[in-house]
Amino acid sequence: MTKRLLLGATAAICFAGGAYATEIEVTHWWTSGGEAAAVAEFAKAFDATGNKWVDGAIAGSGGTARPVMISRITGGDPMGATQFNHGQQAQELVEAGLMRSLEDVAKADGWRDIVHPASILKSCEIDGQIYCVPVNIHSQLWLWLSNAAYEKAGVPVPKDWNEFVAAAPKLREAGIQPLVIGQQPWQASLVLQNVIAAIAGPEVYGKVFNEKNIEAVASPEMEKAFAALETARELATGSNVQEWNQATTMVINGTAGGQIMGDWAQGEFAIADKVAGKDYTCLPGLGLAEIVSTGGDAFYFPKVDDPAITKAQEDLARVMISPEAQVAFNLKKGSMPVRGDVDLATANDCMRKGLDILAKGTVIQGLDQALSADAGTQLADMMVQYFNQPDMSIDDVKKGLVDILQFDS
Amino acid sequence: MADFAMEARGPRPRSRISPRSIMIYGTLVLVAIYYLIPLYVMVVTSLKGLPEIRLGNIFSPPVEATFEPWVKAWSQACTGLNCDGLQRGFWNSVRITVPSVIISILIASINGYALANWRFKGAEAFFAVLMIGAFIPYQVMIYPMVILLRELGIYGGLTGLVLVHTVFGMPILTLLFRNYFSTLPEELFKAARVDGTGFWGIYFRIMLPSSLPIIVVAVILQVTGIWNDFLFGVVFTRPEYYPMTVQLNNIVNTTTGVREYNVNMAATILTGLVPLLIYFVSGRLFVRGIAAGAVKG
Amino acid sequence: MAKTSASGRPSRLFRNLNAKIAAIPMILTACVVFVGFSAWTILHSFTKSRLLPKLDFVGTAQYERLWASDKWLISIQNLVLFGICMLVFSFVIGFLLACLLDQKIRFEGMFRTILLYPFALSFVVTGVIWQWILNPDFGVQSIIRGMGWESFTFDPLNNGRIVMFGVVIAALWQGTGFVMVLLLAGLRGIDDEIWKASRVDGIPAWKTYLLVIVPMLRPVFVTTLVIVTAGIVKVYDLVVAQTGGGPGISSEVPAKYVYDQMFLNQNLGQGFAASTMMLLTVAIIIIPWAYLEFGGRKRG
Repeated sequence: MTKRLLLGATAAICFAGGAYATEIEVTHWWTSGGEAAAVAEFAKAFDATGNKWVDGAIAGSGGTARPVMISRITGGDPMGATQFNHGQQAQELVEAGLMRSLEDVAKADGWRDIVHPASILKSCEIDGQIYCVPVNIHSQLWLWLSNAAYEKAGVPVPKDWNEFVAAAPKLREAGIQPLVIGQQPWQASLVLQNVIAAIAGPEVYGKVFNEKNIEAVASPEMEKAFAALETARELATGSNVQEWNQATTMVINGTAGGQIMGDWAQGEFAIADKVAGKDYTCLPGLGLAEIVSTGGDAFYFPKVDDPAITKAQEDLARVMISPEAQVAFNLKKGSMPVRGDVDLATANDCMRKGLDILAKGTVIQGLDQALSADAGTQLADMMVQYFNQPDMSIDDVKKGLVDILQFDS
Repeated sequence: MADFAMEARGPRPRSRISPRSIMIYGTLVLVAIYYLIPLYVMVVTSLKGLPEIRLGNIFSPPVEATFEPWVKAWSQACTGLNCDGLQRGFWNSVRITVPSVIISILIASINGYALANWRFKGAEAFFAVLMIGAFIPYQVMIYPMVILLRELGIYGGLTGLVLVHTVFGMPILTLLFRNYFSTLPEELFKAARVDGTGFWGIYFRIMLPSSLPIIVVAVILQVTGIWNDFLFGVVFTRPEYYPMTVQLNNIVNTTTGVREYNVNMAATILTGLVPLLIYFVSGRLFVRGIAAGAVKG
Repeated sequence: MAKTSASGRPSRLFRNLNAKIAAIPMILTACVVFVGFSAWTILHSFTKSRLLPKLDFVGTAQYERLWASDKWLISIQNLVLFGICMLVFSFVIGFLLACLLDQKIRFEGMFRTILLYPFALSFVVTGVIWQWILNPDFGVQSIIRGMGWESFTFDPLNNGRIVMFGVVIAALWQGTGFVMVLLLAGLRGIDDEIWKASRVDGIPAWKTYLLVIVPMLRPVFVTTLVIVTAGIVKVYDLVVAQTGGGPGISSEVPAKYVYDQMFLNQNLGQGFAASTMMLLTVAIIIIPWAYLEFGGRKRG
C-alpha cells in the first residue's frame, strides 16, 4: 500500500518532467548467459523511457514457467508483461478476456507494414486484433556440422544431406557418431520437421502441417522424407545425450559429425570460440532447400486496471519492436529481427544465410504455430519413441502422424 | 552399570572383536561409502574448474581446487537480469519457512490432540480423508488452489503460501501427532480432566510441553519439505518472495549456454545446507523423537 | 454428523464442541481442499478444458483417450514396478540397517547421519547427481572399464528396459535412511525384557527379530508405509531431473503424465482425467485400510 502511495507520489513529481516512473514486472524464461544479455537490452531501452523493468525470470519454458504465468494471470495478480509462445497457445487467455489488445498501438505505429515476414505478426492476431509483440525469429531448420570430425574421418565436409549420409560410414570407422540427437522429445520432432520441410519441400510441409491434409502424408514426396527419417535413426544410433546443448558440445569437440538443431545452437559455437565456415558448417534446410521457419518468441500483456501500468505496457510494446532494440536484442540472442528494415551489420556467416533466405521469402511456419500445444506434444512423444525403439517402424510414424493431424483439425 | 542399563538394545555383542562385529562394521562401512559417494562427487565437482570437469572423470579429486564456483553460486550467478546469486532467495526462504513450519505444526498438533484424546464421532472420517489427501499429487491442486486463494484475496503474498504449506503438510504431521498423543499415558489426561482442566488448558499445560520429541521430528520434516519446495514457492507468490530453490532452478535448469557444472554443484550444496545442518545437529533428537512416539509409557 | 450424535447430551456436546472448534482447520482442509478440490478435478475431467478450466462437457472422451495412450499405460507399469521395488528394498534394507545400528555399536551417530543425510536434499539434486554417476561416458561404467573390465556395461539411464532401476537406485539412496531411522526408533521402543526373555529361552536372534520384534513394530511400520507410499505415488521431480521420462518415454510416471498434460500439452481435461484415475486407485487401496486402521478402534 505504501509502495503504491510512494509510486503515486513519484509519478506526480515526475509529471513535471513529463515521464511516469512506472514499475512493470516482466516474466520470461530466458536465463542463460546469452539470453539474459539479450533481455538486458530490452530492459535498458525500456528504462530509458522513464519506466522501470522489474525482472521475473523463471528457467524452464513449458514445464516450469508456464504454470507460473497462467497462475499469476488467473489468480488476479498479473505481471505487466510476459513471454509466451505465440501461435495457438495463448489464444484461450485472450478469449477469456485476460489479455490486452495491442491493436491501437499496432495500428498507430503501422506494425502490419513493418513486421516481416507478415506471417509472424499473423500469429499474434486473434479476431483481427493484435495481442502480442513478436520479438524475434528463430529458424529450426539447420544442420550443424563439425569440420574437425570430417577432417579426422578423411572426407570433405558435406554440402547437403545426401553427402552427409554418404559420409556417415567413414565417420563410424573413425569412431565418430555421425548424427547426434538429444533424448528430449522436442528434439526428435525437430528432425521430422527438418526432413519434411527440406526433402518433401515447403509446399508439402504446408499441406501436411498447416492444412492438415491427410492425403499429403501418403504423397511420394513424403515417402522420400520418411526414408530420410529412417536413415536419420540409423545414423543417430548410439547417441545417448539428453539435452540439445550436450549434443551440440559433441559437434563442437568433433566427437559427432552433425546435429539437426535450430539457430540457437549458434550461441554454443560462439561461446566455444568456434568460427562459422572454419570450425563448423551450417546448412539451412539440410543443404537441400533454401528455407527458414518462423518460430520465435513473443510478449503478451495481461489486462490490468492501473492506468499507469497500461501506459507503461504500451511503452514496452513500442520499445520491443523499435529498430534499435530489435538490433541490440537479436544480436545478443542470435536470432533474426522481426522487421526487414534493420541491418545487422555484425551478423556472422550463418546468420547472414538465414537473413538472406528470409529476405527472399521462402518461409514456413514453425510447428508451434501450425499445431496446437497438445498435438505438438503428442507428435514429439511419438518421435522420441521412434528414435528410441528400434522395433517401431516408419509405418507406425505415418499412422501416428495421420492420427495427430486428424486430432488437430 | 549405567552402561549396562543403556545397553540391552539388541542382542549384545559378546566381545569387541569377533567375526560378528567385523561383519557388522564391514557392512556399515560399505553402506556408508555408497551413501557418501554422491556427496563426494558433488563437493569435488564444485571445487574444479570447467575445463577439468570436461576432461577428467567425476570421481577424481580436483587438480587445482578453486572456490570460484562457490562465490559465483552465492553472489554472482544470474537469474535473468539479477546477478546476485543464491543470496537473493536465502532470506525469502527463511521468511517462508519459519512461519510455515510454526503454523503448520501448531495446527497439526492440535488436530492430533483432538483426534487422540477427544475422539468425537466423525473425527476419524475427516482424518481418513486427510490421509488419502497425502497421496494426491500436488500438481493437480494448483488450479483449484489458485482459485481458492484468489477468492480469499491472499493470492500472491506470503500469507497464501503459508496457508498452502500448512494444508499440504497437515496429513503426515497430524498422523505423527495423533500417534504420539495416543501413546502418552492416559492417566495424565484423566487426572487433568478430573481437576476440571478444559480442552485448551490440557493442550497448553500438559500435551504441548510433553510433545517436544515429536515436535523435533515435525520441525525436521517440515523444514526439509518447505525449504526444498520449488513448485508452491514459484506458483503462489510474486518474484519478491521467490525462495532460494527458484534461483537454484534457474542456475541448474537453464537449457542454453555453457553448463557450469561446478557452479550447479556448489549452488546445490548451498541450497541444501540449511536442511543438512538441521539433520547433522538434531539427528539424535530425531531418532529419540520418533522412538518416543512408539514407546508405551 | 458429530453434532447429531452428541445432541442428546448437552455436557458431551459442550465437551466435543471445543474439540470440534480445534479441529476446524482439519475439517476445512479435509472438506474444502481434499474433497472439494478432488470433486472439482473430477468434474473438470469430463470437460475439454485446455489452457483454462471450463465447464465444456465432453463425456468420457478424456478417459477414452487416456486409456488409449501408450504413454499413460507405460506410466502405470513404471509406477507399479517402481513402487514394488521401493517398498521391498527400502523396507528390507532399512530394517537390516536399523538392526545393525541397534547392535550397540560405536559411532552410531555418525553412521546414522551418513545414512540419513540424503533425505535432506531435494529430489532435483538427487536426480542430477545420479544422472551423472550413472552416465556411461564418465560415471560408474567408464570407471570400471578404465580399470580393465572393458566389456562392463551398466547404463540404466540409456537403456529403456532397465531405466526404472536407475531411478530406483537414486530413490533408494535418498529414502532408505529415513525408513531406517523410523524403524530404528521403533526398535528403541522395544522393551529390554523381550530380549532377555528370548535369550533365556535360547531363541536365535534372527528368529526373535522376525517372529517377535517385527509384529511389535506394527505401528511404526504403518506410519512408515504411509509416508513411503505417499512419496511413491507422487514421484515426479526425481524422474524429471534424472531421466526426463526418457529414453524415449520409457521412464514416464503418472504424476509426470498429469503435469505434462496440464502444462505442456495444455490439455487440462486430460490431466484431470489422469489424476482422477490416480485418485481412484489410491482411494481403493486406502479406504478399506483406513477403515480397519482408524475406524472403531478404541484407545489404549
